[in-house]
Amino acid sequence: MASRAQWVGGLLFLIAAAAAPALPEWVASLVTIAFANALVVLGLVVLWRAGLVSFGQALYYCIGAYTVALIARWTGFTDAIALVLLGGIGAGLVAALVGFLLARYREIFFAMLSLALSMILYGVLVKTESLGSTDGFSVATPTFLGYAPHGHALGLSLYWLTLAVDAIAAVLVASYFRSVTGALAAPIRDNEIRVEFLGVSVTRVIHAKLVIAGVLGGLGGALAALSIGHVDPNMSYWTTSGSFVFVTILAGSASVAAAFIGSLAFEAVRSIAVDVMPSLWQMTLGSALLLTILFLPEGLGSLMGRLRGRAGAKP
Amino acid sequence: MLLTLSAILTDGLVYAAYLFIVAIGLTLIFGVMKILNVTHGSFYAFGAYGAATAVGIYANSDLPAALGFLFMIALAMAIGLVMGLVLERGILRLVYGRDEVVVVLVTYAVFLILEDVIVLIWGPRSYAAYQPMVAAGNTELGELVLSNYDIVLVAIAAALAGIAYWALKFTRYGRLLTTVIFDRETAAAFGINVTLVYTVTFVIGAMLGALGGAVMAPKMSITLGIGVEVIVLAFAVVAIGGMGSIEGALIGALVVGICRAAAVHLIPQLELFVIYGVMALVLVVRPYGLFVRAQPRKI
Amino acid sequence: MSNYVRIPLALAAVAVMSAAGMPAHAQQPAASAAPVKLGIVSFLTGPAASPFGIPGRNGAEIVIEAFNAGKAPAPFNQVGLGGTKIEAKYVDEAGTVQNVVTEFRNLVQRDQVDAVVGYVSSGSCLAVTPVAEELKALTVFYDCGTPRIFEEKARSYVFRVSPHATMDSIGAARYLLAKKKNLTSFSGINQNYAWGQDSWRDFLGAMKVLAPKVEVDKVLFPKLFVGEYGAEVSTLLTSKSQALHTSFYDGDLEAFVYQEQARGLDKRMTIIMTTGEAAIWRLRDKMPEGTIIGGRGANGPLARDTEIKKWFEKIYMDRYNIPPTYPAYQMAQSLLGLKIAYEKAAKDGKPNADAIAAAFKGIEFEGPAGHVKMALGEGHQGITETAYGTYRFNKQKQAPEIVDIIRYPAECVNPPAGVEAEKWIADGMKGAKCN
Repeated sequence: MASRAQWVGGLLFLIAAAAAPALPEWVASLVTIAFANALVVLGLVVLWRAGLVSFGQALYYCIGAYTVALIARWTGFTDAIALVLLGGIGAGLVAALVGFLLARYREIFFAMLSLALSMILYGVLVKTESLGSTDGFSVATPTFLGYAPHGHALGLSLYWLTLAVDAIAAVLVASYFRSVTGALAAPIRDNEIRVEFLGVSVTRVIHAKLVIAGVLGGLGGALAALSIGHVDPNMSYWTTSGSFVFVTILAGSASVAAAFIGSLAFEAVRSIAVDVMPSLWQMTLGSALLLTILFLPEGLGSLMGRLRGRAGAKP
Repeated sequence: MLLTLSAILTDGLVYAAYLFIVAIGLTLIFGVMKILNVTHGSFYAFGAYGAATAVGIYANSDLPAALGFLFMIALAMAIGLVMGLVLERGILRLVYGRDEVVVVLVTYAVFLILEDVIVLIWGPRSYAAYQPMVAAGNTELGELVLSNYDIVLVAIAAALAGIAYWALKFTRYGRLLTTVIFDRETAAAFGINVTLVYTVTFVIGAMLGALGGAVMAPKMSITLGIGVEVIVLAFAVVAIGGMGSIEGALIGALVVGICRAAAVHLIPQLELFVIYGVMALVLVVRPYGLFVRAQPRKI
Repeated sequence: MSNYVRIPLALAAVAVMSAAGMPAHAQQPAASAAPVKLGIVSFLTGPAASPFGIPGRNGAEIVIEAFNAGKAPAPFNQVGLGGTKIEAKYVDEAGTVQNVVTEFRNLVQRDQVDAVVGYVSSGSCLAVTPVAEELKALTVFYDCGTPRIFEEKARSYVFRVSPHATMDSIGAARYLLAKKKNLTSFSGINQNYAWGQDSWRDFLGAMKVLAPKVEVDKVLFPKLFVGEYGAEVSTLLTSKSQALHTSFYDGDLEAFVYQEQARGLDKRMTIIMTTGEAAIWRLRDKMPEGTIIGGRGANGPLARDTEIKKWFEKIYMDRYNIPPTYPAYQMAQSLLGLKIAYEKAAKDGKPNADAIAAAFKGIEFEGPAGHVKMALGEGHQGITETAYGTYRFNKQKQAPEIVDIIRYPAECVNPPAGVEAEKWIADGMKGAKCN
């Protein structure tokens, strides 16, 4: 059953946590950002399993980030754990609210309406000159239950916090996928009306998924804001949503882990491309994506499955 | 007041013409192939860069200006033809039948690659192609001065709409296309060469994208990243009108064009929100856009 | 069976990456033979590449080359920095602030650069600042304009030789009023993002102080990179303003100029372009005669004809066949400032970031754009004089010209030390020394 896999997964999370002090700082910071973004991707995976693709997930990402940044700015409250939770809750509330509207939409119309909503938030933030408009503003240095680290210790604390939030989210989402409503995703994707005939309100199931994805987006945004130390309206721009969708497709919807693998691979490839070919990195990134889609139809997640399958076939 | 009103109408019409020219290729490809084509931005950019090259070559000759405009459009459309053909035959047909989102991402990947191809071909500097617009001159209408080139743009948009309408209703290929749009499987079952229809449609869409870039080139500075802004603009227009409908794109362009002009004249603060605000409103009221009938769901 | 087992592979990827990172750590610079490493960051792709990023990078390339050859004029004629050759790494600024911060960390922690010089966007500068402070990484911003960097907090490792953007707006207002005695009304068109909003706010504030009776008519804020200004031009055609302020740059500026010219707007009102200098070599006779041109300081044709300016202009022309525009000047000024600070600190061996920062504070020197004084932000922010002029295309020479240049001393257009720019303007620009 699942238990062995969960043991292995948990163990590896612990190893990653233990290995942190040995990592070069820039790697740790890259992993932190990749794993913060992975939460947003995880939310997109939840939606994608039901056939929905949001071109506006940056809305929640941005709300999570601004919630953290604004609370710290206005109240001086800097506890990272509480702030991240508040970021998730804030985005979740907004998702619950717009969910009443969005849950009725499908396909491209869902994508375009969510895009419009995120762009309206972008417009509002650009208009808010007191928050620095497109320049954004910096986020106060966080504390951890009274502990106020600096330098390398701060980076490590954020790394561990991100890892912890990711682990909890991964466990919860994995158990959601196994639950009845979670398992309804594929039937909804294939044929909604038949699901309705089973006596299930599809709108309500999708509304729940929107909230889950919203909370995950908010948590991701909150963690990203803390680890970057800066927020700006660009976090809500459609290109930001676009890159999350990009990673989601790259990763595939096969599993929870795929979101993390995809996000890490994306950040790594981007960073290497910028390093090796500073003026042709878009081409490198685009080619990597194209090759993945052509040769790994189910995303990076499936690569792992294939390797495992091959290993299993050995005598 | 009358002055403002007439200014809003003319400005709105000019902006709508721009939006329609930019969106028509996108909506055609979506209507037939159900592909949300991000590469449309690249076609636009290549069309614009191609136009700049054409104008650069032409400006050194002594031929009349009007011919230069035609040369510019011809070169851009030739670029669109080649790109469309290579892309559809070389890459897209490998992913037909895959999830729609995956296909969107393929076009996105190609868009990223092409952005850097522009740097490789034309370098990072910006280009100008203003000669046709300057040669066109202007017309004074009381207080307002209109650029004749804008009038040409409106004429081109109207001509495109007319041709599209005629081609879809009265030509053999147009009727084949309508059949494929309506039901792909049945069309194939009746012996229509769907693969060929796809190729032709994509190439026409690509040429229209490049045409959009070419006719806009004289009005702008042709610089890196011009394709990015156009993509989402075209998406918005198409979503407002109804995905895949030509008359929808026309109405969508007019609605956005007039609203934007009104905002600039009356409440400039709202300009930033116009496109997305209109899109959100229209989608809330008419979830499938203005011009698409709600479709029966398959059980 | 759950898919949970796949998480390990993510961790394996982490391990691989960290292993890849190890060598960088292992190769600690050995002795004085190791070059001084500089990270140069500017836009190499995207819309800001052609007007700012590329001229900035070009400026860095030729100046660093001249340094390494020991061919820069005195007092900059020591080889490299303090006798050690410079090795530059060029990085693209494009992307989100997340990418910008990640690449900054990579430069400092992975590539172990000795200093980072760069950044065009104010958003990038604001995001990089706290990280630079935390990593104790010496950083010199070259083009970004926001005054917030040194107003929000005192900084230790961050410097900006180029003056901030407040000066551009105040200079524009002073020049406009000097040239248009009968001005009764003005309008503005600026991009709807931080740069455009700040530029307009400062210009409007300065106009209110200097000419309170002049009215504001149309205030337009089109979306960034919208590219089509039909409605804006119509609105302005219906206005009675005699002057139009704009902080548009490159793509948007050129598109606006082509479109307004087709409809004769510049025949009705004088346009003031605070960044116009960066566009004159491309627009040439398409730039309207009589336009008021600024260049973020006394750069390019607005610069005084000093030896060092002639040197810089020549080496730039020789390589790129086009005169340097203001981003190139700003990059050159930044590198010259860094060189002085580095060599001042290098008296006893290779200096660390603390030593260079201490030496950098409050320096003064002559660069191609005039006399720089690191006067603001506790010695971290430079001020220079600024200049505005009127555009003319010289048909005989077939070259752009800026005539009727008026120079404004640094203390005339910059706030005094310790005073916030926005507040200074709002309070009536007290203590401005204009003669």
